[in-house]
Amino acid sequence: MTRQMTGAKMVVQALKDQGVDTVFGYPGGAVLPIYDEIFQQNGIRHYLVRHEQGAVHAAEGYARATGKPGVVLVTSGPGATNAVTGLTDALMDSIPIVVLTGQVPTFMIGSDAFQEADTVGITRPCTKHNWLVKDTDKLAGVVHEAFHVATSGRPGPVLVDIPKDVQFASGTYTEKAKVKVSHYQPQVKGDMETITQLVEAIETAERPIFYTGGGVINSGPAASQLLRELVDATGIPITSTLMGLGCYPASGKNWLGMLGMHGLYEANLAMHGCDLMINVGARFDDRITGRLDAFSPKSRKAHIDIDPSSINKVIRVDMPIIGDVGHVLEDVLKVWKARGRKVNKEAIQKWWQQIEQWRAVDCLKYKPSGKTIRPQHALDRLEQLTKGRDRYITTEVGQHQMWAAQYLGFEDPNRWMTSGGLGTMGYGTPASIGVQVAHPDALVINVAGEASWLMNMQEMGTAVQYRLPVKQFILNNERLGMVRQWQELLHGERYSHSWSEALPDFVKLAEAFGCKGILCQDPADLDDAIMEMLEYDGPVIFDCLVEKHENCFPMIPSGEPHNKMLLGEASTKDAIGSKGAVMV
Amino acid sequence: MSPLNIKKGSTKHSAYNLRPTFSDVQETHTLAVLVDNEPGVLARVIGLFSGRGYNIDSLTVAEVDHTGHTSRITIVTTGTPQVIEQIKAQLGRIVPVHEVHDLTVEGGSVERELALIKVEGSGDKRVEALRLADIFRAQVVDSTLESFVFQITGTPEKVDAFVDLMRPLGLVEVARTGVAALSRGV
Repeated sequence: MTRQMTGAKMVVQALKDQGVDTVFGYPGGAVLPIYDEIFQQNGIRHYLVRHEQGAVHAAEGYARATGKPGVVLVTSGPGATNAVTGLTDALMDSIPIVVLTGQVPTFMIGSDAFQEADTVGITRPCTKHNWLVKDTDKLAGVVHEAFHVATSGRPGPVLVDIPKDVQFASGTYTEKAKVKVSHYQPQVKGDMETITQLVEAIETAERPIFYTGGGVINSGPAASQLLRELVDATGIPITSTLMGLGCYPASGKNWLGMLGMHGLYEANLAMHGCDLMINVGARFDDRITGRLDAFSPKSRKAHIDIDPSSINKVIRVDMPIIGDVGHVLEDVLKVWKARGRKVNKEAIQKWWQQIEQWRAVDCLKYKPSGKTIRPQHALDRLEQLTKGRDRYITTEVGQHQMWAAQYLGFEDPNRWMTSGGLGTMGYGTPASIGVQVAHPDALVINVAGEASWLMNMQEMGTAVQYRLPVKQFILNNERLGMVRQWQELLHGERYSHSWSEALPDFVKLAEAFGCKGILCQDPADLDDAIMEMLEYDGPVIFDCLVEKHENCFPMIPSGEPHNKMLLGEASTKDAIGSKGAVMV
Repeated sequence: MSPLNIKKGSTKHSAYNLRPTFSDVQETHTLAVLVDNEPGVLARVIGLFSGRGYNIDSLTVAEVDHTGHTSRITIVTTGTPQVIEQIKAQLGRIVPVHEVHDLTVEGGSVERELALIKVEGSGDKRVEALRLADIFRAQVVDSTLESFVFQITGTPEKVDAFVDLMRPLGLVEVARTGVAALSRGV
């Protein structure tokens, strides 16, 4: 039986058939028929954002926190162009989202019509794939295919551009099951020969390390479980990129902490000194590798990645394994067990002794001040007071983001939402809204800097409207902290335009939005203020005035290798010049 | 930041690696890319090259299967071995791309290009142009009393050689199709 319906109805029907119950969006002329259909049904809940960029970041937060694709509905022209930053963000961080945009009627395309933009042209480089649908009969099939492309292989954003006349016209609905399976079917099983090579390397390695990334999270909770099993059974130390935090628990015994430019001393020196590096779902980003010709010079490298273009893109590897992290880890475990669960125990024990020496440097050490709140201290207290709760953290971009990654502990995947690849200031507030929508009863905190937070603060209106009790934890240093830090370190302390002289009163701003504002500037009040935020049943803007000139350490100055880290207060001359550092 | 010994105002460090570390041996490869013939597919391929800073020496495209609606794009590109590998992997990632073949490494290929070449002249020069065209097996496809348009088919090198010879004989303009290529054997 074929079903006839309008294009607008098809869109809603296709979303339902894909299991979608949540859409973030903003209406406008070219999507009115679809909004009319949304009005007349109950299966899909639509969240009205305040800016289209917010819709896409909210969908990213939703996707990251659930593992399901996020869905966005916006209008043509400015609606679509406002979505571009979010699309690029999702592309860089491999987040599955489906964006539906309205378009001017087909017969007006190319005439510079009102709110016309070449949406597929503009978004071609910032989507995994996009479609302009000119025929209502093809609309449902394209929407189904869009979900397939967004979620299979390396996930990413897709966009379907739907002209208004296509929404109005009637056509035949294509059932999900009847969509011709696209030839796009990425490989998920890894090559067994290379997997066996990797197992052999694990058996004999003296200084092995797991270097994990967002691919583990994208592969699903089962992949994190398999990773934990493999890491714990082999006793191999593990570090993770910013995107992979939570795939191995921060309380786990083999955990070294995050690596990279602001990663932990022990993690980076272990990467530099290892003899076997097992990259699981990470991509050798430049924030991780530092100077390429001095990156982990003595190691054999294995790289598990579902995207063939990630292999040998930046770092040449010895054991490339193309496949889904979950499938590959399952095979690695199977082969390793079948071959007798061997590891070079003695050597690994020595390796751990070395790592403990690095760890003794205590690179995150800081002295809390009695006068002003230090940002590290604020996050330390937030961690202590929220530990063990059903907690989700989003962040904006900058120093606070790095401090959050350093001082907060993540026990599970999908609990940490941050803009890694693109580094999008303004990501955190809408992302926290998307997470809260997915997990209404959970504690959702956006760790923010005041500058980033102002970029999408209008979304507090969304939080208030839908009673989403997101906590906006703003570390307010009245500076663009990371920019200021770079200017201090690299540009002769010439602080060119890196502070704001006219910040709003955040408490009054909170009241204006109809939510709660809390100001805290005395370290003695910090715990009580955080508790007040946690106990309030509604959205909170927490203005935490912190030390203005704090720098984020440790830090690898770019263009330097891992063993040339700068330490903050833990930096004694002994630490950097110690034998341990010389050894690697 | 004196305790950390970073010189004030130093430009030594940057947010990025400022020096590439790859080998700089350049290779030229011919790639055959089979794609769905759908709107925008050529823009995707070209956008990949411009967006990631790869070179296109030559590019041809036409539908080769009218029932299956697939097109064949032949791209001649130059880059380091690492860049060539990246280009192939990135092309393979584009959703409407079915197959990517590197004809340069897959057992050799035949490459042909067609060019139309207009030459203006009279007297000895005109005779010489005609004689050279005969040697190169170029055909005359348009003729006036002062000019010829030659059609020549061959490898890009052969076309180059012919164009170079025509230059002193009154070369006016050249139109080239770019390379079409197929692998040898089956």
